Amino acid sequence: MYGLFLRHFYLITRSFPRILDLIYWPSIQITLWGFISNFFASHTTYYNNAVGVILTCAILYDFLFRTSIGFNMLFLEEIWSRNFTNLFIAPMKISEILTSLIFTALVRALIGLIPAVLLTSPLFGISILELGIYLFFLFLSLYIFGITLGILVSAGLLRFGPSFENIAWSTMFLLAPFGCIYYPIEILPEIFQKIAYMLPLVYIFEEARNILINNTVDISNLIEAYMLNMIYIIISITLFFYSFNKARDKGTLINIGE
Amino acid sequence: MKTLVEVQNLKKNYGDKQAVKSISFKINENEILGLLGPNGSGKTTTIGMMLGLLKPTSGEILIEGDKIEEDRIKILQKINFISPYIELPKKLTVKQNLIVFGKLYKIKNLNDRIDYLTSKLRLSDILNRITGELSSGQKNRASLAKSLINDPKVLLLDEPTASLDPEIGDFIRSFLEDYKKEKKISILLASHNMNEVTRLCKSILMMKDGIIVDSGSPASLIEKHGRKNLEEVFLKLSRRPNEHN
Repeated sequence: MYGLFLRHFYLITRSFPRILDLIYWPSIQITLWGFISNFFASHTTYYNNAVGVILTCAILYDFLFRTSIGFNMLFLEEIWSRNFTNLFIAPMKISEILTSLIFTALVRALIGLIPAVLLTSPLFGISILELGIYLFFLFLSLYIFGITLGILVSAGLLRFGPSFENIAWSTMFLLAPFGCIYYPIEILPEIFQKIAYMLPLVYIFEEARNILINNTVDISNLIEAYMLNMIYIIISITLFFYSFNKARDKGTLINIGE
Repeated sequence: MKTLVEVQNLKKNYGDKQAVKSISFKINENEILGLLGPNGSGKTTTIGMMLGLLKPTSGEILIEGDKIEEDRIKILQKINFISPYIELPKKLTVKQNLIVFGKLYKIKNLNDRIDYLTSKLRLSDILNRITGELSSGQKNRASLAKSLINDPKVLLLDEPTASLDPEIGDFIRSFLEDYKKEKKISILLASHNMNEVTRLCKSILMMKDGIIVDSGSPASLIEKHGRKNLEEVFLKLSRRPNEHN
């Protein structure tokens, strides 16, 4: 028994991502649901006149989740199937690999999104299409941010190998409390608000609620979201190229496929 | 004879550890060069650098005169690799895998190429089967087909017949001999199967601790070291303290 315990103890203590994984899951869950509970306890009438706001935000968040995880899955599939080396010895530029993964992730996310959108109307009498033309801009912004997260995690996988996989699964949950998906930003403590304002998610979900609840459009929210998206996607692509070069230097590209 | 591969003073350090310490060699067209050495001798690191998966600390690798560090994509178009540690996507059929890699390598007349490899490598019966459900020998032939999909001028083989039964192993070796003759390609063969190396390679590099400790034809090495066969030469060189350290 002690031997089996040691086998897992050694595994965990030798991998920083695994330690992080153990620590942050409970913390994130408690933080997220704490804020949601707080909000509903103190703002019981907030959603009274806008049936479907929560469901709409859930669909938007799911699209973000699917885009990001979808991108990571494409990368992880190659590692799991031990095909990673075959991919990186094919005559493809890194930019071509990224472009094909970005496009494939979109197709995957849309395959999940379309049935969800179609189901909400007959089941709950709600149509996400009420967001109008702005729905496209909200989705596009979420797609860019999802891809950004996917590229960042893939850069980590390249640099640190498969042990970074746990981070891939949990980035979205890590950001969820700061994304203000189900509650306005005011519910967060001041320090968390400062962090949240650095993410495009706040502007996207604030704007979705604004359109649905107030029937007005605040373009500045969309502009803020796109500006932040541009900054983060440039950072993530730069980091991916840096990780690729580091992986070539450290030998991760050879070991990751084995 | 035309030299297809030229490796010059190639070094690779991982931090303080020197995995490959300034090695140089050439491979001519229509030649199979054997790369032997105990585990950790630097064979995989050398192959990794030739494939552009690893960045050399110093030195150069030229394929038909092009440097891998400067023309990575151009070189990857005319090189390929097979190893038992790398597999094709398991959920795809053999044919789907060959189509995917054919597209990645931008092969013209892909169907003709697949037909050619299918007949040469006895893949007709398994072409539409899921790759993950194949036997080791079938997977190996499918991987070999993938490694030849781009009609490579240089083929890097890392233990191509490991874990295969003698009949399949012999088939693969015969295939490689014939294919090399027909296409006049250069092959670098890393293997622990001394009979295979003796049969296929006209010349051999023996690596240990990141350096080439000896080289020559199998017969000349056996004679030089006064041993009965290549395996005994391998054991002698592997166990001998390294004079170059």
